[in-house]
Amino acid sequence: MSGSSGSQGKTLFRRRWEHTVTREGVRGARPGREALTGVHTGRPRGRGRRGEQPMVPPAEFTSYYGQPVINRPVWQAPDIPGYLFLGGLAGAGSLLGAGAQLTGRPDLARVAKAGSFGAGLASMAALVHDLGRPARFLNMLRMFKVTSPMSVGSWLLAGYIPAAGVAALTAALPDRLPRVGAAATAGSALLGPGVAAYTGALIADTAVPAWHDGYLEMPFVFVGSGAMAAGGFGLLAAPLEQSAPARNMAILGLVTEASAFERMTRRIGMVAEPYHSGRGGAYVRAGQVLSVLALAGALLGRRSRAISMLSGAAFMAASAATRWGVFNAGLASADDPKYTIVPQRARLQARP
Amino acid sequence: MTGLMETPASGYTDQPPRMGFFTDTSVCIGCKACEVACKEWNHIPEDGLALTGMSYDNSIGLGADTWRHVAFIEQRKPLGRQDPGVSHEDGRADDFRWLMSSDVCKHCTHAACLDVCPTGALFRTEFGTVVVQEDICNGCGYCIPACPYGVIDQRKDDGRAWKCTLCYDRLSTGMEPACAKACPTESIQFGPLDELRERAAGRLAQMHEAGITDARLYGEDPNDGVGGDGAFFLLLDEPEVYGLPPDPVVTTRDLPAMWRRVGAAAGVLTAAAAAAFAASMLGRDG
Repeated sequence: MSGSSGSQGKTLFRRRWEHTVTREGVRGARPGREALTGVHTGRPRGRGRRGEQPMVPPAEFTSYYGQPVINRPVWQAPDIPGYLFLGGLAGAGSLLGAGAQLTGRPDLARVAKAGSFGAGLASMAALVHDLGRPARFLNMLRMFKVTSPMSVGSWLLAGYIPAAGVAALTAALPDRLPRVGAAATAGSALLGPGVAAYTGALIADTAVPAWHDGYLEMPFVFVGSGAMAAGGFGLLAAPLEQSAPARNMAILGLVTEASAFERMTRRIGMVAEPYHSGRGGAYVRAGQVLSVLALAGALLGRRSRAISMLSGAAFMAASAATRWGVFNAGLASADDPKYTIVPQRARLQARP
Repeated sequence: MTGLMETPASGYTDQPPRMGFFTDTSVCIGCKACEVACKEWNHIPEDGLALTGMSYDNSIGLGADTWRHVAFIEQRKPLGRQDPGVSHEDGRADDFRWLMSSDVCKHCTHAACLDVCPTGALFRTEFGTVVVQEDICNGCGYCIPACPYGVIDQRKDDGRAWKCTLCYDRLSTGMEPACAKACPTESIQFGPLDELRERAAGRLAQMHEAGITDARLYGEDPNDGVGGDGAFFLLLDEPEVYGLPPDPVVTTRDLPAMWRRVGAAAGVLTAAAAAAFAASMLGRDG
């Protein structure tokens, strides 16, 4: 604050009351809300250069002591990235289970349905665990709000999990209640894609820059990631002679996820930085490496159960890495005021 | 979302006028009486007594346990024709101004926190303000990253989300909010929003006339990204200098487009599954 003086040991500042108090200055002894700071104190302004000129070039953006503008999400790992991963695994798995049943692959149908139900239950457990008041979980179903993706998701899960449960149980007990099983399988396959996709809107419908700005592509990233997880689970758990559709689904999921992610990070400009740096970037890169390994295993090891299982596990791990990467990139973009302020400032300047 | 009406439809009959705050930061003296009055009235727990080094600001920002937050900004800039009272040995005067601003929940016309709350704990009161019902909030935390201003937050040992209620309890009995009551300079002005906007426009003109061209209103425009704030400000610098977003937009503005993309993505997933089975029938190892 003393910036412009090098006079060591001397008084840097002195009061200038004697020059500044004027008759005008005390006019209106207690002006209250009418007070005009800096008016009528007498000192003429704008006479040439006074003091030092700033030597530091103006900053790219201004913030309040570097503090974030928005509050950091309180969602915790592994609950929430795990919830995103498990929801994708469950939702896409129900499609795999229904398709396997339709095409006469009972073993694939059984494991896919069991996996979907298990993942659905675990995702709900993660969601409840992350609540500040877990005992009030049922308040999620107090009303239905289309403006709240979390409300829509809660209702989706409330329909999906029982359907997936009945589908899994009837698949595990063949020849029992075939019509109930078929209806539950169809129901879970209808709701499953919604369960896998809605989480894209869930995180995009926030003020977190890296999440919100990616809203056009995020649901596609997430269904791709879900297909990778479900396909990977099928490869891991189903016998080789029935797992071809699972392999195909995982590969299609990888293509969907990778292309949507690439499109998203190109489109959103500087807000994509947290997807390439820090913890978020590390998870994203890990996911890419795992994807390449999974893809190689899927293409080259289709005759080997062991390699197929390894490939399936790698697909699942790659899907999880994407979720953790997206989650952490969002947190990083919330913590740095740059990602909030710079795009908003640019938007204002672009406005006529 | 609440549509395009400036005063959101809240379903009340015989609704009182929309009430709000006009915080005129040009007369704020940084006394923090608002912070103290708010804590006292609302029984807000202590949330740290650290010294930050951020000028006189030790409460850092709004959160679960800070519903009024006074920002302090020391700048080497002139303020009107103010004499900062500091000068060098050779008589040269230093430019210096000390900005102070009491921040608060904006009670947005289009409130993202309210839109995304899955339980209905957040609601619109008859005064047009946005309040959390603490007996309903289950601590899902969705409102926290939804707020474009970083207002609402989770109380750690409690799990629920908390923020300014614009002293709903006091308003209900005809009293003004605790912070406005305690403000010694009337920097915090409470009243019907229409009246406050009129007063703010007059004050802005007065300041511009006096040569304080930095003065600008923030959050008073019903056409901004949140439909205008129920609590708006007269600032003496860019909003981001005070830690405020320069162009906040309610995130749910884009939600219809998001739902369309969710629908398309669900379709793509279904199609991918169908393709996966079709391909396996054509393939060698079906």
